[in-house]
Amino acid sequence: MLHHLIRHAAQNGFGEHGFPESGFAPGPLSAPSRRGFLKAIGVGAGALVIGAHLPMPALAAEAAPKIVGPADPRPHAFIIVAPDNTVTVLAKHLDKGQGIVTGLATIAAEELDADWSQVRGAFAPADQKLYANHFFGVQGTGGSTAVANSWDELRMAGAAARAMLVAAAAARWKVPAGEVTVSKGVVRHAASNRSLTFGELAEEAAKLPVPQQVKLKDKKDYVLIGKPDLHRLDHVSKTNGTAIFAMDIRRPGQVTAVLARSPRFGGTVKSVDDAAARKVPGVIDVVSLPVGVAVIAKNTWAAIKGREALTVTWDDAKAETRGTDAMLADYRKAAEKPGDVAAAKGDAEKAIADAKAKGGHVVEGEFVFPYLAHAPMEPLNAVVALNPEGGCTIWAGSQFQTVEQMVAAHILGCKPEQVKIETQWAGGSFGRRATPSADYIAEAVMIAKAYPKAPVHLVWTREDDIKGGRYRPLVLHKITAAVDAKGDLVGWKQRIVGQSFMAGTPFEAVMVKNGVDATMVEGASDMAYPVANLAVDAHTVASPVTTLWWRSVGHTHTAYAKEVMIDRLAKAAGKDPVAFRMEMLRDHPRLAGVLKLAAEKAGWGQPLPQGKGRGVAVHESFNTYVAHVADVSVDAKGQIKVDRVVVAVDCGEVVNPDIVKAQMEGGAGWGIGHALRDEITMTDGKVDQANFDSYLPMRMSDMPAVEVHIVPSHERPTGAGEPGVPTVAPAVANAVFSVTGQPLQTLPFSRGGIVS
Amino acid sequence: MVRINVNGEERQVDVPEDMPLLWVLRDELNMTGTKFGCGIAQCGACTVHVDGTPTRACQTPVSMLTPDSKITTIEGVKGKAAQAVQAAWQKLDVVQCGYCQSGQIMSAIALLTDNQNPTDQDIDAAMDGNVCRCATYVRIRAAIKDAAQTMRA
Repeated sequence: MLHHLIRHAAQNGFGEHGFPESGFAPGPLSAPSRRGFLKAIGVGAGALVIGAHLPMPALAAEAAPKIVGPADPRPHAFIIVAPDNTVTVLAKHLDKGQGIVTGLATIAAEELDADWSQVRGAFAPADQKLYANHFFGVQGTGGSTAVANSWDELRMAGAAARAMLVAAAAARWKVPAGEVTVSKGVVRHAASNRSLTFGELAEEAAKLPVPQQVKLKDKKDYVLIGKPDLHRLDHVSKTNGTAIFAMDIRRPGQVTAVLARSPRFGGTVKSVDDAAARKVPGVIDVVSLPVGVAVIAKNTWAAIKGREALTVTWDDAKAETRGTDAMLADYRKAAEKPGDVAAAKGDAEKAIADAKAKGGHVVEGEFVFPYLAHAPMEPLNAVVALNPEGGCTIWAGSQFQTVEQMVAAHILGCKPEQVKIETQWAGGSFGRRATPSADYIAEAVMIAKAYPKAPVHLVWTREDDIKGGRYRPLVLHKITAAVDAKGDLVGWKQRIVGQSFMAGTPFEAVMVKNGVDATMVEGASDMAYPVANLAVDAHTVASPVTTLWWRSVGHTHTAYAKEVMIDRLAKAAGKDPVAFRMEMLRDHPRLAGVLKLAAEKAGWGQPLPQGKGRGVAVHESFNTYVAHVADVSVDAKGQIKVDRVVVAVDCGEVVNPDIVKAQMEGGAGWGIGHALRDEITMTDGKVDQANFDSYLPMRMSDMPAVEVHIVPSHERPTGAGEPGVPTVAPAVANAVFSVTGQPLQTLPFSRGGIVS
Repeated sequence: MVRINVNGEERQVDVPEDMPLLWVLRDELNMTGTKFGCGIAQCGACTVHVDGTPTRACQTPVSMLTPDSKITTIEGVKGKAAQAVQAAWQKLDVVQCGYCQSGQIMSAIALLTDNQNPTDQDIDAAMDGNVCRCATYVRIRAAIKDAAQTMRA
């Protein structure tokens, strides 16, 4: 879904709501400064880049339907073979923990026949022409697209670079290229018993033309792709404190800024008294901006103390002043009337009435999903330095590079290509670092513009983060569904009420159709269960409270509502929850496949002791198929504990099985953690939570055992970052339902008193 | 001037007395391995050792320390427990985003220094103060057990 809208925005420019036209340059950005870049990634000025002198072939994604990305190999954009025999693979996607730097390097290294020990990863510079996400049209990471998007491009790049090394060796040895082999980073001519390393051939290979056609390996010959014990490239630097995040950037003369923002969403600065703040030792300056009041100081502590000493009066004329209870009451009122149609098949109303009249069962459910913060461990931050020649350099865990370039360019009045981005390891994101307005980057650039004397590090505190919006929306679902007398699902009516985070952004034109934001109904309007009479509609409500995609987006609530309803319907029909689903998934082999695998591995159907429950859920998101079976304990006081989760996942060809496993483990923790206790609530428009003492993260003692089973597949690879989330919470809810008979329809579970 | 001992080296910093050790390390001494996560001792990302005890640097004003307090950060950990923990973390590829892992590792080292055969309950008790939003808890638990085994061997 996401890719349609962003491609549209990239091709057509951002409209009235996004970046003003003056700041947008749809043309290609300039190539990066290679010399500076090579220095930055530490391979030195003497490094040789294969193919670096060649002109860029035009992007041809649409013209090559069988592959994603350009039709011809572009090794020069992605692979650097240095004289020191290292191979650096440039990642155009942000690694925020999902392991994509490792995954992308694996894909290229496989075709290159590099030895894993010589492979390094680095983040590509910001350059839309070289590094656009082919699904988005702009450089950016999201929607679990990275492997799917880079799969062809990096295999071809690796194969082309390999062919060039082979050609260089053949030329030096004066032997036919066909007699030259490559294995584990060594180029050999067996007949004459000669061999050379990649590093020894780099200079000669760089002078050769890039082959326009390459032959890719047979999957049976893979030595890196699919290997279960290939270590992550960041596993050492992230265990000894040397990995550098944006938070760790220290530029000469750098100052730190924190920003006072309106405590109510939509509020603006009315007046500022900064006299006391300016007296705080270490405070350098206080600047008022459209987005708030920035305190600039010698260090973070002084900046925080300075902000505490500020007196800001806010104008709430346009602010949200309702609490979340009042907002929910308004949602319920809206849900009384039909919404904009998202799916309409048959006659759901009649089918449900008929079922009721003829011995079937009707089940009704109202589901409430709270606002949720992403709260990545590394609070949002960015360092911005104005460049002497114009533009700026941004150090950030950048997830939407092209958007950030355009926003920064607009603020500074420069060209987007004058905005350089040094992407850093990101301490989590879960969607938060990719915003259509580049929010925190924009803040940092505005402060740097107001205080041009030194590089500025804008730091969000945790309180800024928890209270700062861009939440998973508050969502209400009302569902009425029926099974007939035979126990077949015959009718399904669903109404969804929530905010659209696409409305009012450059993405609205593509993502909002007939008044319905596709991300609000994904997973509901396209329900896999074959119900002949389906009616899904939606009400889009407006509020100054800012919302955003949040790990697995609409599926966070649609899969939950659907799967909990399915268990209630199975019970009404007198059917086993797995059997009920299996009979409906006959035409969905991959969904049926993960459901069957998870059920088998979990021991579905075996009797459980008193107080133990087992629940299941299955769903497709981001073209990946996942089923969860959860085991829970319910104690005498009705308190629940999740004991074990079994996950089955089908994400096509798996590049790194251990990373897929890690994503499923983390996805389970993410899904359960938020279902247990997390919610953002507001009183009179002010957020009630502030930090991890009130927005309660999953901790070690909450974490169940997680078993992951991957379906072997040679289908095209899809994603793993998000799809591990949607089904885990409903599986837990269904496990509790199996014990208590009470469906859990209001989240978080702590609201129902079953979690302390 | 405040005198502190970090990783065996005496350091002098010109900071207000209420400045937490976290910001002394990160902003004054440029030792960025110790992370800022919450600022209120609720996430453990800033965990260091003070005389061997895991301590939240964000809630430790430098005035609470003496020049004799031995502060150890992720950059300076050494010894049997540290080696075993870091090796286990690498062996099991525990990390995802990695931002919390300095703190996780500091807490795990302190646990295993005292207890080389921790139960699941011991691990819960020692590690519940360290939040990982990527939820790498399954592997943290496994790595602690792996490191404990290494230390017992």
